[in-house]
Amino acid sequence: MLLNCENVCKDYMRGKLVVPVLKNVNLKVENGEYIAIMGPSGSGKTTLMNLIGCLDVPTSGNLTLNGENLSGMKSRRMADVRNQVLGFVFQQADLLPGLNAIDNVALPLLYRGVKKKERRKKAMEMLEKVGLSDRMEFMPNQLSGGQCQRVAIARAMAGDPQLLLADEPTGALDSQSGKQVMELFRQLNQEGITILMITHSQEVADEADRIYYIRDGILTAEKEDRAK
Amino acid sequence: MFENIKLAFQGIWSHKMRSLLTMLGIIIGIASIISIVSTIKGTNEQIKQNLVGSGTNAVTIALYQGDWTFDLDWNAIPEGVPPMNDAVRTQITALETVEDASIYTERNYVSNVFYQNTPYNGALRGIDRHYLGVNGYSVSLGRSFTERDYQNYNKVAIVDDKVAQSLFYGENPIGKVIEINKDPFVVVGMAMQSSENTPVINSLSDYDLYVGSSSGCVFVPDVHWGSLYRYDEPQKLCLKATSTDDMTAAGQKAVSIINSRLSVGEKSDLSYQSNDISKQANDLQKLTNTTNMQLIWIASISLLVGGIGVMNIMLVSVTERTREIGLKKAIGAREGRILWQFLTEAAVLTSFGGILGVAAGVGLSKIISQLTGAPTAISIPASIIAVVFSTLIGVVFGLLPAVKAARLNPIDALRRE
Repeated sequence: MLLNCENVCKDYMRGKLVVPVLKNVNLKVENGEYIAIMGPSGSGKTTLMNLIGCLDVPTSGNLTLNGENLSGMKSRRMADVRNQVLGFVFQQADLLPGLNAIDNVALPLLYRGVKKKERRKKAMEMLEKVGLSDRMEFMPNQLSGGQCQRVAIARAMAGDPQLLLADEPTGALDSQSGKQVMELFRQLNQEGITILMITHSQEVADEADRIYYIRDGILTAEKEDRAK
Repeated sequence: MFENIKLAFQGIWSHKMRSLLTMLGIIIGIASIISIVSTIKGTNEQIKQNLVGSGTNAVTIALYQGDWTFDLDWNAIPEGVPPMNDAVRTQITALETVEDASIYTERNYVSNVFYQNTPYNGALRGIDRHYLGVNGYSVSLGRSFTERDYQNYNKVAIVDDKVAQSLFYGENPIGKVIEINKDPFVVVGMAMQSSENTPVINSLSDYDLYVGSSSGCVFVPDVHWGSLYRYDEPQKLCLKATSTDDMTAAGQKAVSIINSRLSVGEKSDLSYQSNDISKQANDLQKLTNTTNMQLIWIASISLLVGGIGVMNIMLVSVTERTREIGLKKAIGAREGRILWQFLTEAAVLTSFGGILGVAAGVGLSKIISQLTGAPTAISIPASIIAVVFSTLIGVVFGLLPAVKAARLNPIDALRRE
């Protein structure tokens, strides 16, 4: 099992008020799965992704990623886990404006200490995979929104992650680019990458093998909700 | 590291105006320090050149009473001061740091020398065969004293260029007859100290230094001194050190040799002392250094202000780039890497400012020297120290913003639009 969330709770302090954001979330993800989590804004889906993404620690409950317990982990180790086990795709592509496509894609490898030549080779490979072999030296401001997002996916994939986390990856794209991006995810999943995607578009979620719904911090499995 | 520097340069370049304004404090601070240091160095080199001359390295050893030179214009001949002889001279020239030495007698303000009806009020020196060489004189007109002049007691004189100017009004002095103590002496030569020893006068203080030795000098063979004045007058000794740095040491060794021959008694305050010009130069340099050190401290305040400006802008930059920091953290950048990134950026910014400041300072000191005539000399070590120091300012004042960036919570950073 790649990911196991057991009774995960997360509270935020708003002044003296304790606001529970996640309530007893249980989620199991096997290797090679394609999972979508749906929910309206404020339902806690981004918080859940932050926890799975090693960006935050749960208030209570157990969260195991790749056999490693995330609670009580040092921030340095968390950074390494993010770098080696996870790949992130955000709503905005968030490319560094001063770097071209190759250097942007190679960034996670730079943090890992990979030599420059190997970095470039791997980055070019990844850009080819996302269909941007003719845009490798382009700067982010010379690329369209959809192309930027594909560079961001290539960056997330450059470190050979075990789990790809995507937070509304098509949210800022037109439908045409959105479709291309979704096709890319499907293709990556078929190659064996585990994908966990957060979205509030049913169309996007339908691409996934399983869909979970989150509402007011409670995660429910697909079937029950669909029945409703 | 190299990546960071490259990125930092990109960052600076993409905000040219802001970066320039940020660096301005550093630029001004470094520029003023460099121009002050250049002026100090220039002045010091000039003092050294004016006083010590290049190559003469002459140390004068004279009889002192307490702190004052024993002046035979006013004082009677002291007892217990034996005349110097060739043996003393040989002993002193044998010293390792001494190249040559000369024994001579001197009156600083004579009243018994005339050319026709014009009285001469400068110095008169009775010199041995070595004097002109030791003091860096060269005979530019006529001839020097010959062995025969000394042996035959020829009544000949050499004047220096200042006397030629003041007493003969620029006419050729050779063959002119001057009267010394009612005896006629024929001027056979004109000597001048080699041109590199001619002081450059840029300021009033230079002038004061200069006039001490400016009234000119008439030289006669020392064999006449006895008939002109009295026998057994205490002589002076002048030595040429092998290098400027050896002047003080050579002078002191020679003084102890000469003083060991005195028999003036316990209570007497008569003694020979060396008048080491390089020591005077050092004292003067120390004086200018202390006043200018205060200027440097004042200029450093602008560096402090510049540093605070850098910190301010870096804090703004961290806030502006919160999302970028969040993203970098999300893809696995450790805290240390973020810290280094911002620290490098601050250091690159201030070192660049430092380099610009050095350039501005060099330009400024050139302008100052053009406008005021004050000498300047660019100090390369000072320039290097200035750049290193400005890098250090970047590291010190960039630390707080960099720590702030490194400690950013990645969730908060990513939430920021």
